[in-house]
Amino acid sequence: MLSTSTLPLILTLPLLGAIAIACVGRWPNLRETISLLTAITLAVLVFSWFPEVSDGARPRFVLSEPLPGLTLALSLEPLGMMFACIASFLWIINTVYSIGYMRGNDEKHQTRFYICFALAIAAAMGIALADNLFTLFLFYELLTLSTYPLVAHKGDAKTIASARVYLGVLLATSIGLLLPAIIWTWVATGSTTFTLGGIIEGKLAGPAVGLLLGLFVFGIGKAAVMPVHRWLPAAMVAPTPVSALLHAVAVVKAGVFSITKIIIYIFGVDFLFNEPSAQWLQFAAAFTILTASIIALYQTNLKRMLAYSTIGQLSYVIMATVILKPLAEVGAAVHIAAHAFGKITLFFAAGAIYTAAHKTELWQLAGIGRRMPITMAAFTIGALSMIGVPPTAGFVSKWFILAGAFQAENYVAIFTIIGSTVLNAMYFLPIIYFAWLAPPADGVDMDHSEAPKAILLALTVTATLTIVFFFFNQPLLDLESQLVESLPL
Amino acid sequence: MNLADHLPALQVALPLLTAPLVILLRNGFLAWLAALVASGISFGLAILLTQAVLGPGVPEYAVGGWQPPFGISLNVDGLSALMLLLVTGASTLGLAGGRLSLRRDIDNRRAPMFYGAWLIALAGLCGIAVAGDAFNVFVFMEISSLATYILIAAGRDRRALSAVFKYLIIGTIGATFYLIGVGFIYMMTGTLNFADMALRLGDVIETRPIIIAAGFITIGLALKAAVFPLHIWLPRAYTYAPNAVTVFIAACSTKVAIYVLLRFNYGVFHGNLLGHSDLFSVFIVPLALSGILLASAIAIYQGNIKKLLAFSSVAQIGYIALAAGLATQAGLMAAQLHMFNHALAKGTLFLCVVAFVLTTRSANIAKLAGIGRRMPWTMGAFVIAGLSLIGVPGTAGFISKWYLVVAVMGVPGWGIPLVMAIVISSLMAVVYLWKFVETAYYGTPPDGDVSAMEVPLPLRLLIWSAALANIYFGLSPGLPIALAESGTGTLLGGLL
Repeated sequence: MLSTSTLPLILTLPLLGAIAIACVGRWPNLRETISLLTAITLAVLVFSWFPEVSDGARPRFVLSEPLPGLTLALSLEPLGMMFACIASFLWIINTVYSIGYMRGNDEKHQTRFYICFALAIAAAMGIALADNLFTLFLFYELLTLSTYPLVAHKGDAKTIASARVYLGVLLATSIGLLLPAIIWTWVATGSTTFTLGGIIEGKLAGPAVGLLLGLFVFGIGKAAVMPVHRWLPAAMVAPTPVSALLHAVAVVKAGVFSITKIIIYIFGVDFLFNEPSAQWLQFAAAFTILTASIIALYQTNLKRMLAYSTIGQLSYVIMATVILKPLAEVGAAVHIAAHAFGKITLFFAAGAIYTAAHKTELWQLAGIGRRMPITMAAFTIGALSMIGVPPTAGFVSKWFILAGAFQAENYVAIFTIIGSTVLNAMYFLPIIYFAWLAPPADGVDMDHSEAPKAILLALTVTATLTIVFFFFNQPLLDLESQLVESLPL
Repeated sequence: MNLADHLPALQVALPLLTAPLVILLRNGFLAWLAALVASGISFGLAILLTQAVLGPGVPEYAVGGWQPPFGISLNVDGLSALMLLLVTGASTLGLAGGRLSLRRDIDNRRAPMFYGAWLIALAGLCGIAVAGDAFNVFVFMEISSLATYILIAAGRDRRALSAVFKYLIIGTIGATFYLIGVGFIYMMTGTLNFADMALRLGDVIETRPIIIAAGFITIGLALKAAVFPLHIWLPRAYTYAPNAVTVFIAACSTKVAIYVLLRFNYGVFHGNLLGHSDLFSVFIVPLALSGILLASAIAIYQGNIKKLLAFSSVAQIGYIALAAGLATQAGLMAAQLHMFNHALAKGTLFLCVVAFVLTTRSANIAKLAGIGRRMPWTMGAFVIAGLSLIGVPGTAGFISKWYLVVAVMGVPGWGIPLVMAIVISSLMAVVYLWKFVETAYYGTPPDGDVSAMEVPLPLRLLIWSAALANIYFGLSPGLPIALAESGTGTLLGGLL
């Protein structure tokens, strides 16, 4: 039995790591060793909680109480446990990758990069462990602020303009919509604590519920539900490790995770199911899924295409959540994990291609499979997972989401998922085909080999995990089924 | 009577009596040291008074043993203690952080005079906070204003002279309006003591002189408090004053005027004049709202960091006035908390500006490009204080913004538009601060030199303690909340 007083360690560990990194910034080897050690220790700490939470424990720790009834508190529940596990585990792999990428590309300001990365992970852990909306909001803002220097890393005019969009959209939505939503919740219910079954029921009814839901969904800009998605393509100016871990896993997942958590623990699944004014959300999610996939079809830049693919995949989670049936809720949770493995692999591959060959555009990729077979094999696995082809992780979550949709007889969801699968196939399969089978395009330099070893190691691990997850996912399913065990099937 | 009972009088007497002694010192450094020590002791006294207010309470102090309502009385409640903490704290911060900056700005020969004026301003501001009658408030207001004009004009920047002239004219009009109002009330009630006035006003309510008096007092104080659009003296005065002076006055001088406004409108008029609160709200809320929105918008287009922060102050005064104008308990809480938190944030920001100007000799944003890389410590503190100004959770600014939003949500029918105005203004705060932050971190310095050039360690430590105070009071705001609760209790006194 772990003591609940070790919960804050999950936050302080990456913070201490950041300070240590700042102190030894002059010695790159030591700095990166500390980065890696922090990541490993954090993952061990987070995973050591897994069995207990899986057995039904809900540890809780109050940090401080700035206002009466408004606490800064941490707690672990299945959804947060999973998010913390994914983010902390992938941080290890991403650190290995970062070392290869940052050295391979001879990037500047590497110390700042590692410091901000550790801070961002601390913020992500805070979001995962938030016990109430107030704590969630605090770490949500911290995550935005700590990732800004990472997005603006390059420091030229174009990067700064993009970083401005990133910060502007995320801060504007969170201060303009999310904060009022939180205060409204607090004024209406007198609480902001996440409680299974929700706290809204009986306090608000009718259109107000739909409006509050809207404030939350669009206020959490990190979930990138259209039209507040513009920051995500803008964030692609960041170095690829940032795009990989933060803008495919930590930041965007923090967004959908928050929305899922709010729907399950603030609104309550049963309550929302019977509330007609909340039905608009599935249409918004369906619209985002389809539109993002169509826009992705027209992208010529690899990272931008992946960004739009992420936007679509994020709304899968939202749509699965608002199907409001037990199987779909499990599907939403599993999709957070499944998409994380697949998308980080794709970004790792994109970064590997950039490091080894300095290629960023899709047309340059023709024939690259012969030069970089390991990278492209990983890319292929990631892409298949996005489409949802077995045996990859993407299939597992799609299975549950579809099963939930059939359970609810929700045809909007069913058709959206089918349509989006077709679109996903349409933009991923040609790349795979051309990369492996087509001859190189004219004038494209093919005089390169595979990326540095650290990069290859990282993307091999995540690609393998994408497949392993298909066969070995029972612990996660057991954990997440606790979210819905009180609900009738 | 033991010494502790004399604290309210000491709070004023100490800086007032030290001032002439400081002028006698012939050396700039010694004068600075003496002023700093006096200001520091005043701060200590304010802390002692705060403890007393939160504990056993501070008994009314009758100056010279003459009992009120005939003698002069000094009163310290939660609101006064809050003001005393702000005033003495800001003065100490300005003096401690401003040594190098003031040594450059102020001629060594005139330095003793300057520090004497500083202490007189401090005494005046403390006096307003403890005075228990309307006329002494006026006297102290004049003392502090005249001394403040000297402080602002003391620098080498000649533009300060025209700025201070404007301030002098408008400040005098404000003070005169206030005095006219007090005169009318004295004519009708025969008393100047606040508590006595509140009792006797009941006999003459709804008489024309009293209504006119309420108008004169409110507008006069709104001028002093720089409530939009009566703020025109403020931006230039803040911008061209010596940097250390700006730290002092920006953190507390306008808030003292709001303090008197609260005392009069709630302590005296609220319980007596029928419908006064509605009239007060109708007058102050639209002005506050336009201030919140327009001043924030103007701040975005400023090219000078001091002017940018000055316009931000006008907007923040709008928040305080808005909260105060709601005439509810929640509103008063929010107003007092925001006075405290804004002083904390703005004091820190202007202290950072002191450091910037110390090394670059310019407050022009374009010339400060790249300063974030050259002075990482100072800029880090600037960002923290800036977040507090925006109202990001975990900082002091969030606490008062939370109270403010909860307070305006309680306004029937107007809740959502008011929340939207606050939100829009907060977003504009993000824009105008980020404009500077971005230039500071990613801009190229005008001469291309990116070598480190931090200010000396003591100043850095001071800046960081101020910045950390913004976080501390964001995570455990017990002290300001307790003071504001106590203050709200006295202001709404009999009405609760």
